[in-house]
Amino acid sequence: MRCIICFSPVLPSVDWTTFLTLQKPVKVCLQCSDKLSGIEEPGCPQCGRADGAEVCYDCERWERSEYAGVLTKNVAVFSYNEFAKELVARWKYRGDFTLIEAFTEAAQKKYKNHFHSMEADLAAIPLSKERLWERGFNQSEALITQLGASPLSFFKRKGSEKQSKKGRMERIGGENPFELIGKPERPVILVDDIYTTGMTVRHLGRLLCEAGCPEVYSFTLFR
Amino acid sequence: MLHLFNVKSPHSHPQLSPIPSNSPYKQLSGRLLTRNEIPLDENELQQLIQHEYVYKLPSITSNRCGRCGADESHLFGHFPHCVCGCSCCYCRNCVMMGRVTECESLYIFSSCTAFKKHEAPCNWEGNLTIGQQNAAERIISSIKRKEELLVWAVCGAGKTEMLFPGITYALRQGLRICIATPRTDVVRELLPRLQSAFADVDIQGLYGDSEEKLGSAQLLIATTHQLYRYTHAFDVVIIDEIDAFPFHNDKSLKWAASRAAKKASAQIYLTATPRKEEKKRIRKKQLSAVFIPSRFHGHPLPVPKLKLTPTLRSRLSKGALPSSILSHISNQRKGKRQLLLFASTIQSAENIASLLSLHYSVKSVHAEDPERADKINSFRNLEIDILVTTTILERGVTFPSVDVFVIDAGHQVFDEAALVQISGRAGRSPDDPDGRVIFFHIGKTEAMLEAQAAIEKMNLKAKKQ
Ligand SMILES: [Zn+2]
Ligand SMILES: [Zn+2]
Ligand SMILES: [Zn+2]
Repeated sequence: MRCIICFSPVLPSVDWTTFLTLQKPVKVCLQCSDKLSGIEEPGCPQCGRADGAEVCYDCERWERSEYAGVLTKNVAVFSYNEFAKELVARWKYRGDFTLIEAFTEAAQKKYKNHFHSMEADLAAIPLSKERLWERGFNQSEALITQLGASPLSFFKRKGSEKQSKKGRMERIGGENPFELIGKPERPVILVDDIYTTGMTVRHLGRLLCEAGCPEVYSFTLFR
Repeated sequence: MLHLFNVKSPHSHPQLSPIPSNSPYKQLSGRLLTRNEIPLDENELQQLIQHEYVYKLPSITSNRCGRCGADESHLFGHFPHCVCGCSCCYCRNCVMMGRVTECESLYIFSSCTAFKKHEAPCNWEGNLTIGQQNAAERIISSIKRKEELLVWAVCGAGKTEMLFPGITYALRQGLRICIATPRTDVVRELLPRLQSAFADVDIQGLYGDSEEKLGSAQLLIATTHQLYRYTHAFDVVIIDEIDAFPFHNDKSLKWAASRAAKKASAQIYLTATPRKEEKKRIRKKQLSAVFIPSRFHGHPLPVPKLKLTPTLRSRLSKGALPSSILSHISNQRKGKRQLLLFASTIQSAENIASLLSLHYSVKSVHAEDPERADKINSFRNLEIDILVTTTILERGVTFPSVDVFVIDAGHQVFDEAALVQISGRAGRSPDDPDGRVIFFHIGKTEAMLEAQAAIEKMNLKAKKQ
């Protein structure tokens, strides 16, 4: 086996315990998995930010804004540290799709812990056509597939996306770039790669709430 | 050809027509690009293919990437490609240069263009030492004969200047030259020096996030990774620091480097610390080599001293240092030089720095340190006295007046090449040519002894010259 991230050989540890329990093959070497830091719980109960068990400042602000109540909570798997930034750049922007396998096991576990008994639909975040053709795949759909579900498309993008070029304040004030094309009947879990400001999931959450969706959650790989 | 890099010969493609030197497409000559890297519309590209200026080749065939030559199965991945609608194979080895995908083609632009013949391109007015002069002549003759040459020059020999006569010769002949290096820092450092020495020549610097993207120049300075995007482009390929990461152990980069050179071309390799493989070939006369055993200032290389400190590892594991090392440091601080301390791991570099910070002005630095450049600068500006570093500062950086200590020199990260490079940080300036180098260890290793012997041997050679 080779490490999915750095390609260095990962030696299967052959002793009796691993032999008897038939462990899954290790996909990530020790050095790389050390650098990926899983989000410790409890974090912010609303967004999953890892530095404290209180509702964080960002979320407090959201709850005082017009978006109050549109998102029940966000669950994130890893913290978005320097190493994670490199990996996301390689996965999403350079298009090294296979890297997703480095996150799958932890993502499945976390997802199960939080949404295990929930009857919900998993919704993908749409990309503009140009962006999709450039990247060749939709990262949010890819993640949902890794979680063993099939992505539902509730949304469509209105114009082009230039979100990351704008500052946070501009984005918060910005117009909703999405429109709803489906009808949410059950709780919805929005799945994306990163939760940064939380704007995207709130734009989508609001559309869902307005259409009568009982509850909106989000699940992201990084926070 | 390709003696040094024992790699499979890169694929050949059909003979293309030369792009005329007055053609606007000349700027793409010798390139190997993916479709979205080509700044032409479909019509133009099709015409170029018809005129046999461009050759279209499949990107991945029989489990081999046409751009980087990767052929091991773990270097390929599949993804649900929305453009072709298939589970599409792509190369993970060179994906950081933009994805090469099986459903898309690669394009080779004909390389056989004549570049400008410069009458007197070099306006550098310095003098070469005898050693540099000797190497310069060998370089010129290997360019004339389109041969391979390894230039084995000690740290501080002044290898950039000794390239000038060879580059001058090549520019007079209208040849195209690439200086490739494994490290981006080196491209950034070389570019202004060459631009001022060859003021009227078209020179570009090309690396991952360089402003320059085209890479069309007659004299190109590039990271070795950029060579993935060239094929049969250069008459002279000079590879700096062939023994450095990531080039020395990456057969795909070596493959790309030999493909970037024309079939008849000169390939010149520079190193201060050749690996065993190269040394063996030199001994067997399979590779011609020239030595520059002395530094440009003429003083011998500082020879490392080995100091046994049996309690070293147990003290390190407690975040401490043996008292003998502490007293060496305190004695060193009584002198005028700064101190460069090499540690085996990031953790130990940080521990040592925090321990020493009780008494000295000290910082630690490592490869992923976001403040790396700032810290190196503040050391250079004499704002701190001690810099504790991992092996990232083993090469390239030059501080005028330092002593060098290696803590736990027996650790596996310190191989012979690393130890020679590290020792080469001392005594760089003609004003202070003899810094002290000490390896602290818990038992001599072969690497330490070999490094010491290699340095002594070079000093002996220098004396004889
Ligand atoms: Zn790894
Ligand atoms: Zn490749
Ligand atoms: Zn495809």
